[in-house]
Amino acid sequence: MSTDKLTTGAIVREVSDQEAADQKHAPVPVVAHHDVIDETVENPVFVTEDLSVSYGSSPAVLDVSLRIAEKEITAFIGPSGCGKSTIIRCFNRMNDLIPAARVEGMVRYHGLDLYGDDIDSVQVRKRIGMVFQKPNPFPKSIYDNIAFGPKVLGMSGSMDEIVEQALRRASLWDDVKDRLKDNAFGMSGGQQQRLCIARALATNPDVLLMDEPCSALDPISTGRIEDLMHELKETVSIVIVTHNMQQAARVSDRTAFFIVDMDSSEEARIGRLVEYGPTDRIFTNPHDRRTEEYVSGKFG
Amino acid sequence: MATDATTSGAGGPNAESVFGPPRRRIGEKLIAAALFCAAATSVIITIGIVVSLTGETLTFFADKAVSVSGFLTGGQWTPLFSDPEFGIRPLVQGTLIITGIALLVAIPLGIGTAAFLSEYASPRVRKTVKPTLELLAGVPTVVFGYFALTFFTPTVLNSILGLDVSVFNGLAGGLIVGVLIVPTIASVAEDAMSAVPQSLREGAYGLGASRRQVSVRVVVPAALSGITAGIVLGASRAVGETMVVLIAAGQVPTTSLDPRNPMETMTAFIGATGKGDVPTGSTGYKAIFAVGFALFVITLVLNTISIRFVRRYRQVYE
Repeated sequence: MSTDKLTTGAIVREVSDQEAADQKHAPVPVVAHHDVIDETVENPVFVTEDLSVSYGSSPAVLDVSLRIAEKEITAFIGPSGCGKSTIIRCFNRMNDLIPAARVEGMVRYHGLDLYGDDIDSVQVRKRIGMVFQKPNPFPKSIYDNIAFGPKVLGMSGSMDEIVEQALRRASLWDDVKDRLKDNAFGMSGGQQQRLCIARALATNPDVLLMDEPCSALDPISTGRIEDLMHELKETVSIVIVTHNMQQAARVSDRTAFFIVDMDSSEEARIGRLVEYGPTDRIFTNPHDRRTEEYVSGKFG
Repeated sequence: MATDATTSGAGGPNAESVFGPPRRRIGEKLIAAALFCAAATSVIITIGIVVSLTGETLTFFADKAVSVSGFLTGGQWTPLFSDPEFGIRPLVQGTLIITGIALLVAIPLGIGTAAFLSEYASPRVRKTVKPTLELLAGVPTVVFGYFALTFFTPTVLNSILGLDVSVFNGLAGGLIVGVLIVPTIASVAEDAMSAVPQSLREGAYGLGASRRQVSVRVVVPAALSGITAGIVLGASRAVGETMVVLIAAGQVPTTSLDPRNPMETMTAFIGATGKGDVPTGSTGYKAIFAVGFALFVITLVLNTISIRFVRRYRQVYE
């Protein structure tokens, strides 16, 4: 397999000869600004316009424009390195924690500029919860894990009730009600991840960001988390990053497909948004050839 | 044993026909032996120290002028008098007071430094401050001792703070020993805090915690076993520190609790007496070993407690 086949193919990853041959005829990707915003979304919880993130001098993801619907599940899919996690981390300003990260463009949360001068990133994260790739419970008891957020926020009311309600919403209450004082590290991986979801729910967030929440879990635990997401979307808007297309198809209402490109100097990999729309359409009638190839399993 | 027939029974292949003739690895064995000797050295030396300490201590207690109960409970330490008293309490008390003062200084400074370096400092600041801190740990303690005696006591304690302390006093000794062990505590605690997985911090930040809340409620508790190990290591150094207390704290074994007065620690007694004119084999000479043995026991107890504590609270992360 010669490398020059790939230089115009734009998809930067290891591919088989057959795939490389297919891609040779693929169009060079040119994503015009605002192309992929889904205008059908009313009352969006997030709107991004030409959102770009770079680490140091190298851009990681360029010109993402989309509208995330309220009380729906939006899935970000695409191959590794396509910037889907980077984008989701703009929604709660998690990228602030990486000193070299620079965010350009606009992110609006209910119409409010999330990166405005008057916005405190700590306040943002109180409204927008996050669940991470690997379960990351604190080395504390189950109870204290849940109580952490409410305590930090100084929430009023009975802590016991807050904890019970959060665990019930994450359908974990029956599993753990008799061992709330046990260390969370004694739970199974799936339970730990549901604990992390419960922990995020305890502060009553408006949005739940999930960054590949099932990548470290077995299929049964994954199924339980997906069921849980269906229940939760009654009350919160969910954005989920996943590299599992079936998961996106199963759980999400809308899907955004990202790819990773070489930049012109062929040194940096840049993520781009290719297509965004209702999940049914993305999976059955994709407009872009690269989306079609990805969702039909030709690469990724 | 029917199954054996298929794997290693007669008629099956033997190891040599599959893997070739066995190679002798003499070099490998030599290296293993040399490394074992290196590892064994410290164990052997420790055993040697314990044996010699124990032997001399036993002959000390065999002396007619000495009784075990008088040694442990007596409030007078005058081993070189013509009518000697061997009550170790003043020395233990001096050691504990000076260690206590040192820890009062070093625990907040050390953990504060560690938290700053691990949670607040930019990578560039960390790259500058941490080596500087470790440089401080390399300053000879005799330098600290004279700093305490000739600058800290007269200028800081007397002139600036107006504390009216003696030329030799436990306060200066304790405070400067505290400064001395800050790098130990800070360095070990910083390592422990830096080892807390980033995912835990992200989890807390994701819940709307501020930097201070993340540090205090997540990082410090998660690093508690390492921080404790650092404190105990620092305490052991303070207990064993000789030069600073010998120079700055004086050599007056006293039961006074006032740190403005001169006091003598166990190590200072050993240092002062060992370099002096005590005839080898005299009871005063043997007292050095008895005090050394007591010091050894104290540090051993301290380390054992800390190991238990560290094991109990250690969190294992993937």
